[in-house]
Amino acid sequence: MNKTIITVVGKDTVGIIAKICTYLANNQVNILDISQTIVQGYFNMMMIVDINEAAKSFGELADELEQIGDEIGVKVKCQREEIFTKMHRI
Amino acid sequence: MLNMFEVNETNKMIEQEMLDVRTITMGISLLDCCDSDLKSVNEKIYNKITTVAKNLVSVGKEIERDFAIPIVNKRISVTPIAMIGASSCKTPEDFVTIAQTLDRAAKEVGVNFIGGYSALVSKGMTTADKNLICSIPKALACTDRVCSSVNVGSTKTGINMDAVALMGKIVLQTAEETKDNDSLGCAKLVIFCNAPDDNPFMAGAFHGVTEADAIINVGVSGPGVVKRAIETARGKDFEVLCETIKKTAFKITRVGQLVAQEASKRLNIPFGIIDLSLAPTPAIGDSVAEILEEIGLERVGAPGTTAALALLNDQVKKGGVMASSYVGGLSGAFIPVSEDQGMIDAVAMGALNLEKLEAMTCVCSVGLDMIAIPGDTPASTISGVIADESAIGMINQKTTAVRIIPVIGKSVGEMVEFGGLLGYAPVMPVNKYSCEKFISRGGRIPAPIHSFKN
Repeated sequence: MNKTIITVVGKDTVGIIAKICTYLANNQVNILDISQTIVQGYFNMMMIVDINEAAKSFGELADELEQIGDEIGVKVKCQREEIFTKMHRI
Repeated sequence: MLNMFEVNETNKMIEQEMLDVRTITMGISLLDCCDSDLKSVNEKIYNKITTVAKNLVSVGKEIERDFAIPIVNKRISVTPIAMIGASSCKTPEDFVTIAQTLDRAAKEVGVNFIGGYSALVSKGMTTADKNLICSIPKALACTDRVCSSVNVGSTKTGINMDAVALMGKIVLQTAEETKDNDSLGCAKLVIFCNAPDDNPFMAGAFHGVTEADAIINVGVSGPGVVKRAIETARGKDFEVLCETIKKTAFKITRVGQLVAQEASKRLNIPFGIIDLSLAPTPAIGDSVAEILEEIGLERVGAPGTTAALALLNDQVKKGGVMASSYVGGLSGAFIPVSEDQGMIDAVAMGALNLEKLEAMTCVCSVGLDMIAIPGDTPASTISGVIADESAIGMINQKTTAVRIIPVIGKSVGEMVEFGGLLGYAPVMPVNKYSCEKFISRGGRIPAPIHSFKN
């Protein structure tokens, strides 16, 4: 499994999750976990996804997701899982 | 599985607290480039560096993208050039051609610094060592990316005072050769005692002769993260403070370890060490001085500074060693003046002077770093500063170093601008009394009694 963490932060609006998830589905990216909250009008989401079967490379996915984020006014960031597991798990 | 809190904590460190990997440094052995013909030495060096390090910068960028963590510098260190050029370089000018070759190779592969224009003379100097040292001012003036270092002493050998005397003059000459640039050449020249073989940080990096053919060393950073973490321990006792620093150092170092492993795997070059240093930059919030102030000092330089730095250095090491499989280099806290906004402010307002900085170097990871002094300082006084710093290293069995910049044409209080990560600094006063007779004695200071451990 090739796990990637996607974080989305920005002003809340209708359809953020829909947009991101549609893109992921179209590119064969499987979502393993989602958590999402709104704090003082700010949207905050973290997804754990599996990009093993993805049609595109990590770099392409990261760039295109960032672009989608720009279109709807949120910041989308893709990172490989290891940076978090290394830091928070012994 | 990971939770949102953990993910946000890491990203906050990167985005707001300036956590970064300061450098991936590839050490390359040039021992197989030795030749009696100068032209072919230069050719071999250029070919070896541009072949081995061909992918260093692109792999660094890939890792940056995959983890969304900035890797600020990609650098190269090579075997001390005094050894490589020994059989082909008959004059200092011959050595300068090698410096130019290193510069060319660095530009070709896209690294911002290449270290190893060095000589190891802790006990004595060969003719080649002396020629290399004499070529340093020219070499640093006619290149952009070459860094030079000279090891003048160690706990095992004592201090080579002939080399110390010579280095005082070389520092001044280097300043003179680069005076149009605020004597910038001196920012690329370090004089060491107990220099480590695997230091990834410039300007003092070189690839030790005890090392493998090529190796990846990584230097992590993150003063801002430590500062922000200990804000939560305000008013608490030392136990809580130290625990907080230790935990934070662990997290920072884990990132370094990850990057080092990835770089090593992708470049197919063995992983050497992680250097767990807190390396400041002139950016706001990326300062070691601010950590010391958060610990409880009104300004760096106040009584208590040395103790605060000692505990910081020790906790960083304790947290870091468990996070990495191999730790090396300098590992601790750097206290460069011009590269740390808090230090610059403390000097400018008179809170911090050269003598206090010297005391701090007894417990920090390196030494007197990036300190601007008046350009009319005598060579023997600079040698005296080097000798003092070397003595601290020799007796305390630690690495110490001097990177001091006599700024030609400037006097106490004036500002000097080095640019970029090297920052800017006010010119600091140096004790006016002479040590000329002490330095001109010649010879070497014997190794201390505790070096006989066999």
